[in-house]
Amino acid sequence: MSTQGLEATASPAFPSVDRGRLVSTLGVLVGVALLLVFVAAPLITIFLKSLQNDSGTFVGLDNFVRYFSSAGLIQSLYNSVQIALTVTVIACGLAFCYAYALTRTCMPFRGLFRAIAMIPILAPSLLSAIALIYLFGNQGMIRELLFGNSVYGPIGIVLGITFYVFPHVLMIMVTALSSADARLYEAAEAMGTSRWRVFWTITVPGARYGLISAGFVVFTLTITDFGVPKVIGGNFNVLATDIYKQVVGQQSFSMGAVVGLILLFPAILSFSVDRIVRKRQVAQMSARAVPYVPQPSKGRDRAFFVFCSLVSVFLIGILGTAVFASLVTYWPYNLSLTLAHYDFNAVDPNGWSSFTNSLEMAAWTALIGTCVIFLGAYFVEKADTLPFARGLLHMLAMIPMAVPGLVLGLAYVFFFSTPTNPLSGIYGTMAILVLSTVVHFYTVAHLSFVTALKQLDKEFEAVSASLKVPAYKTMLRVHVPICLPLILNVAIYLFLNAMTTVSAAVFLYAPDTKLASIAVLNMDDVGDQAPASAMAIMIVLTSVSVKLLQVVVTRSLLARSSAWRNRDTA
Amino acid sequence: MGTVSKTFGRVVGLAAAAALATTLSVSARETITVYTAVEPEELQGFAEAFQADNPDYEIQWVRDSTGVVTAKLLAEGENSPADIVWGLAATSLLMMAERGMLEPYAPAGVEKLSPALMDKQDPPRWVGQRAWVASVCVNTYEAEAKGLPMPATWEDLTNPVYKGHIIMPNPASSGTGFLDVSSWMQIWGEEKAWDYMDRLHENIGIYSHSGSAPCKMAGRGEYPIGISFAYKGAQLKGEGAPVEVVAPSEGLGWDLESFAILKSAKNKAGAKALADWSVTERANRMYNEAYAVVAMPGIATPVEHFPANIEEKMIDNDFAWAAENRARILEEWEKRYGSKSAPK
Repeated sequence: MSTQGLEATASPAFPSVDRGRLVSTLGVLVGVALLLVFVAAPLITIFLKSLQNDSGTFVGLDNFVRYFSSAGLIQSLYNSVQIALTVTVIACGLAFCYAYALTRTCMPFRGLFRAIAMIPILAPSLLSAIALIYLFGNQGMIRELLFGNSVYGPIGIVLGITFYVFPHVLMIMVTALSSADARLYEAAEAMGTSRWRVFWTITVPGARYGLISAGFVVFTLTITDFGVPKVIGGNFNVLATDIYKQVVGQQSFSMGAVVGLILLFPAILSFSVDRIVRKRQVAQMSARAVPYVPQPSKGRDRAFFVFCSLVSVFLIGILGTAVFASLVTYWPYNLSLTLAHYDFNAVDPNGWSSFTNSLEMAAWTALIGTCVIFLGAYFVEKADTLPFARGLLHMLAMIPMAVPGLVLGLAYVFFFSTPTNPLSGIYGTMAILVLSTVVHFYTVAHLSFVTALKQLDKEFEAVSASLKVPAYKTMLRVHVPICLPLILNVAIYLFLNAMTTVSAAVFLYAPDTKLASIAVLNMDDVGDQAPASAMAIMIVLTSVSVKLLQVVVTRSLLARSSAWRNRDTA
Repeated sequence: MGTVSKTFGRVVGLAAAAALATTLSVSARETITVYTAVEPEELQGFAEAFQADNPDYEIQWVRDSTGVVTAKLLAEGENSPADIVWGLAATSLLMMAERGMLEPYAPAGVEKLSPALMDKQDPPRWVGQRAWVASVCVNTYEAEAKGLPMPATWEDLTNPVYKGHIIMPNPASSGTGFLDVSSWMQIWGEEKAWDYMDRLHENIGIYSHSGSAPCKMAGRGEYPIGISFAYKGAQLKGEGAPVEVVAPSEGLGWDLESFAILKSAKNKAGAKALADWSVTERANRMYNEAYAVVAMPGIATPVEHFPANIEEKMIDNDFAWAAENRARILEEWEKRYGSKSAPK
């Protein structure tokens, strides 16, 4: 995106200040153009497609009428909402207590508990569902805990998705609970207010926006997740599996578009609520607030330690079960351990190549995504031209957050498979997988960069302009080095998500670009659960290695590039 | 600071170079894109054998269950990237032949095959490779533990004692699932078949995506009884799973794994090379490793652990009827059993 801009600056025909302005103008315009093509246009296409039949004739709202008159599909809608509400209540409750323990108690091992809570982020959502079958299936190790209920259906879906969304909710809750004003608590204590009352009148209201935001995030993640219900849903249909069945099973793309648009509703709603809530949250903490520091309290700390241990046992248990499942020779009759299930070439026509495809896709996503998103955020925040276009760029960058992966994938199919589209050449290639993944996770990365860049004084630009240093040099010499730890963080975020994502890719992969997460899905489909677990574990191992690498690299980068942060060494 | 951005630049450059290198490392061999519903673990062997005989070509498999491959081909039409469809149910290929999607081609040596197992037109639009036959996999260990009697007929499976213990493939996605449904209709007539399925539905734990999954689940005891096909059961039994393969006495549905070249094929020469190879004796011997009935007469030897007399129980299958009515049957099936949501 920026290369064009940078090349333009190399031309000596312009004086340097104007050149800087030209770069900014070009950068903003190119950014807007890219997001229009890769975000807005595909979404418009899916909307149009929902008004057409499969051969492309305009049929108005016929598809919607057909959808709402089919009892089965309505049942799925009902099932989805029911599941999403249940998961929202359970996951928010658990995550709130867990976050409370991390932020408001003196419970021991808080750092360790925080790390354990991040486990689900390292794995595709399918992993939890497969592990749950080994735990609670008809041959499950601890199936008695379900008291005769079947894990195939709502119970399995709720358990699996709760595992998958837990870290996402927890992060929001931790943020919400971290910003507390100690003065309120001191006042309450001075007045002899009971703890229970303090909790309901200070703690909960203080975190209420975080709670609302978390609730909507879980609801959306649940209703749009497809991996868990696909594996463990049994005959219990939900919207996300319907869209897959319509599109992959029956190749009915227009009905897929209809279900996709229905999936967009909760996502857009949650997105809007989140926006409103965030704005209010900022105003809540006053400049005079004193950060709250928890005081030890034996009983409370012990209780939360027990609670966090139980949640951790569940999280580690799921991952451990998946590892076990990938190593057992023939569950449940031959429990000797073997690495045979990791011989993917023997069970899947794509074999190990799916794994290397995933590595390649994740690497490109991290590389291209980080550069493009950083530059986009830079132009939004630092360019001093085209205020309207910059606003538009920022707005376009926010859209992907509200678009479920399945819908994005389907939108890409519609938009890029049209032979008249000049970009149709990328359909069926690695490029479309990389692009869709970058777009899918664009917003979070964009917001992180914008926040970080906001903190850098505009004086940098003013000074460099008066010294006639081109803006891009200031960016490379000032902004990039200062943001380097964050840049790395975003790159890792993109890499991990690219490794684990199924939703958009499931409609976009081609025979030679099948991904590891898709291979997990395919192998589970034909009943090869042990190799499916093994592939999921390969994804986890990769994620863990990358995460460890990040820790090491961040440390050495900080030591070398951030000497300026340390006054003494000057 | 200069060194940092240099190092950073170098790292990025190296990563980009590495990624590019993997992208560019294409093989010199020409790719044939093959759509298939053959069991995934068999595909590598077939590809290796074909490529050993045809070193100029490389097979690129696109594998899914019968229903998905069929729907995909019908939807993609002329834009399909597939050159040849290989190992797909004849019922599905008949539908494609009707729509004029298939290129008539007589592979070299096709006259050595049994004429009953290919398209009647000359040159044939599709050629059968081998037949796969419905069977029921029963986990003997779990059956005994749960006190389940050994079923001998399809009718036995509606016995309430099996409630929640049976797994069957969804006929919309699975070719095995569809041949079961179509055979019951041919054996009993449609009305009685629907009545049978209504009763069977009461005993079904879940409907699976693929046709081999029920037998694999039965093998692991997840569901003690899996309606599947004979080879999967025989194979699991051979591997030591506590599985018995039962061939219900009313008759067994079957379908032909067949191949056909697509009119829209971009690599027609490659598709023809695979078609020629697929009628060779070598290919037929390979088919026989898993399936008891193959296209070349006199080749087949009995497959270990197959139920006795399985060939005699194969129904007189009317492929044309099955192909013609497939869409209608599946729609009705979906209406009756597809969206039943309450866990049983």
